[in-house]
Amino acid sequence: MKRLLPLAFAFALLAGPAGAVNPDEQLSNPALEARAHKLSKELRCVVCQNQSIDDSDATLARDLRIILRERISAGDSDKQAVAYLVARYGSFVQLDPPMRLDTLALWFGPLAVLLVGGIGAVVYMRGRSPAQVAALTVDEEAELANLLKSANPSSIERAR
Amino acid sequence: MRRLLFVLPVVGFFILLGVFFAGLGRDPRALPSAFIGKPLPAFTSAPVRPGDTGLSTADFDRGEPILLNVFASWCGPCRVEHPVLMRLRQQGVAIHGLDWKEDAAGGLKWLTEHGDPYIRVGNDESGRTGIEFGVAGVPETFVIDKHGKVRYRHVGALTPDDWEQKIGPLMEQLRKES
Repeated sequence: MKRLLPLAFAFALLAGPAGAVNPDEQLSNPALEARAHKLSKELRCVVCQNQSIDDSDATLARDLRIILRERISAGDSDKQAVAYLVARYGSFVQLDPPMRLDTLALWFGPLAVLLVGGIGAVVYMRGRSPAQVAALTVDEEAELANLLKSANPSSIERAR
Repeated sequence: MRRLLFVLPVVGFFILLGVFFAGLGRDPRALPSAFIGKPLPAFTSAPVRPGDTGLSTADFDRGEPILLNVFASWCGPCRVEHPVLMRLRQQGVAIHGLDWKEDAAGGLKWLTEHGDPYIRVGNDESGRTGIEFGVAGVPETFVIDKHGKVRYRHVGALTPDDWEQKIGPLMEQLRKES
């Protein structure tokens, strides 16, 4: 039993997430199926919106998985198959948004915020230079030395 | 200058707050159609009413703006919007229907039970015609202009408010377009 446990763990690690793809949807050609599977992970289910069509149980997601596989079986390239769905549902179906003029804010917005924040932080830190302290006078130096001497325990010991 | 540096982030924060607050009231399902400004893809569909011709692209060439309502008898919100459609039809608004993802018998039963507000109505049992239009679910209503181009997509039940504030005025404006 104890020896079986690590083996069971090893098998558990091998199992990937199952997704919602039903066996009857899958293509018999493993290479085409692999392409379809990979693409369907990058396409958004327009019903559930934060799931890919690969993960979603919605009937529309199932329809789109089947359409995707039909396109790929018909000889579409990955790009063409995705473009087919984008033409119908807009680029919202792409979980990984393409870089375009209207997605520039999406791609570079965080960088812009970081830049503005960083510049602000630098300006603020520079403005906070340490306070200027005047040097001690000769009298003060002597007094300080005196104090330090009396505060030293070993010097007190010796004075006894 | 230094004061501006302190005020700027605060102003930025409040602008963001405003944007996010406005976003709270928005329906995340209400996405613009990918067909805005474009004609509907060519299609034909089987009839729902027995002995009828169904719905096809040619039915949108009527010289007047028209609504395309995608519905199904299994859809809850369709029940809510159906009286609104019936009333609009009485007022003379042109509406075509597409019965989505059910057999024609289901659609016919729905129309006999609740009334039939459609000029032409087609059946889309596989759902493929709706998918061609980018339909994500039912009900959805498209505003089609005189030239058969999609001008607006409404997701979810059509309420009297939606009609009065958005779709009615849009139809009026499209009617005036040459």
